[in-house]
Amino acid sequence: MAVVSTPVTLERALPAMDDAEVLRIRNDFPVLNQLVNGQPLVYLDSGATSQNPLSVIEAEQEFYEQRNAAVHRGAHHLAVEATEVFEDARQTVADFVGADYSEVIWTSNATEGLNLLSYAFSNAGLWAAQGRGDEGLSELALNPGDEIVVTEMEHHANLIPWQELAFRTGAALRYIPVDDAGSLRMDLAGGIIGSRTKVVAFTHASNVLGVINPVAELVGMARRAGALVVLDACQSAPHLALNVKELDVDFAVFSGHKMLAPTGIGVLYGKQELLDILPPFLTGGSMITTVTMERAEYLPAPQRFEAGTQRISQAVALAAAVNYLTETGLDRIHHWESELGQCMVAGLEAIPGIRVLGPAAGQDRIGLAAFDVEGVHAHDVGQFLDSKGIAVRVGHHCAQPLHRRLGLTATTRASAYLYNTTDDVDQFLDAVAGVRAYFRA
Amino acid sequence: MSLDQLYQQIILDHSKARHGSGLAGMAAPEGTSTGQSHQLNPVCGDEVTLRLAVENGKVAQVSWDGAGCSISMASASVLSELAEGMTVEELHQAIDSFREVLRSRGKIPADPELLGDAAAFEGVARYAARVKCAMISWVAAEDALNQAA
Repeated sequence: MAVVSTPVTLERALPAMDDAEVLRIRNDFPVLNQLVNGQPLVYLDSGATSQNPLSVIEAEQEFYEQRNAAVHRGAHHLAVEATEVFEDARQTVADFVGADYSEVIWTSNATEGLNLLSYAFSNAGLWAAQGRGDEGLSELALNPGDEIVVTEMEHHANLIPWQELAFRTGAALRYIPVDDAGSLRMDLAGGIIGSRTKVVAFTHASNVLGVINPVAELVGMARRAGALVVLDACQSAPHLALNVKELDVDFAVFSGHKMLAPTGIGVLYGKQELLDILPPFLTGGSMITTVTMERAEYLPAPQRFEAGTQRISQAVALAAAVNYLTETGLDRIHHWESELGQCMVAGLEAIPGIRVLGPAAGQDRIGLAAFDVEGVHAHDVGQFLDSKGIAVRVGHHCAQPLHRRLGLTATTRASAYLYNTTDDVDQFLDAVAGVRAYFRA
Repeated sequence: MSLDQLYQQIILDHSKARHGSGLAGMAAPEGTSTGQSHQLNPVCGDEVTLRLAVENGKVAQVSWDGAGCSISMASASVLSELAEGMTVEELHQAIDSFREVLRSRGKIPADPELLGDAAAFEGVARYAARVKCAMISWVAAEDALNQAA
């Protein structure tokens, strides 16, 4: 009998996703099964926040029904169980992005993770100046003459914390511009990331343009400059297989609520050797070794950055969300959403008066599309779509500088997830085709 | 509530006609006392700069520049048409009444005697996310009026 020598992974063995599978998936998401303005809900706002499958809702409920207790303290039964599921969740999420267990720090969301990081950097300067902490800290400190590099397409969450870090430290903030099509000007990046650069922070996938940025190229530039890399993975971690070690970034952040988990939980990943020497941001209970009336010594990561009682049920729910995504298969999800994204862009481009931001049809993008409707404000577009039960995001999507660069103040964005069918996209396109006539544009 | 009840004909008309629009090209009448206010809705980026000219206790001219959705633009247009010729007292009254209707979540009907075409914005009160769109030019007018009168 012939022996099959090539191991076939579960993921490879599964066929590509199709509408029939998505319709089964939708049964796991109770909120999607409702009428809005008399029409079946078409939810195309997962880029803002995603919906929760029953397994996630039940994981959180089960925690409160059976295990609720404070973690890392108390010797009683519930406290031990709560600590176990809380730390198991950390392992699950670490595995999900290819990190080590103690490199995953819980935050409220990606915004908090980026703020934590920016304050840890400025605290590094304060500590180094007073000879406190590890000798390596002076390497992490930012000073006048140093530079932080971001991009023009950043979400405000990956821009403002760096503006404020520059303000606190006297470092300069620079940015890699985008071209008219919304792609990073990689021809200019090499001249912007240089010997003065200490931190390069950029988004993996744009929440407005849908473009996936060339991480390897940017990491290469940062490494040659001796700079640290911070990756905003909010729009990538939920949608494609991601490995922080393979990407070789120093830090990464993402939010649970964009990946089937509840609000209030997010992750900051950091390389162990950096996390262990960076000073904490928030201080207090659960993150210390010895405390006197004068000062305190701190635990290593991850506890070092998790002061106070943590978001325990949310962490458990995030692990359930990660399991749901893993079981469906990230590569399959990515492929399906790319198809939906292509359908959206091709369909939108065919409607007169519509300008799609970011890559044209046929070019790589994640499953979202932001667009301008000539003569109709995005708010009116969103209201019109809502009257047909279609939920989209309108506004600047927390990316004012990018909109300004593209000559716009507000756009409409449709963003898909694993529970959207091609029929959702068709209904959306049909509705968009009627917008300009309604508003007589 | 249907979309047509929100986007009433008057609103769609005014969003295109934009009475009083074109601040730069419209000088305030000589001898009037003016006030000017800039208002921004950070949520959606709607913006209105409105100038109000008062003479002998009456509103002589309202002119504005703005960018935003049809509700906000139509509201500024309707306001401009309505306010001109009103006494300062009457405009204050109209602004207070408009605000009360818009903030009522649809519970307080608009008085067409007092608000004229602006009564068409009554339906906006049911859309919490859009109330600010309708209010922005009225907030600017109130601020400008306080400066001018």
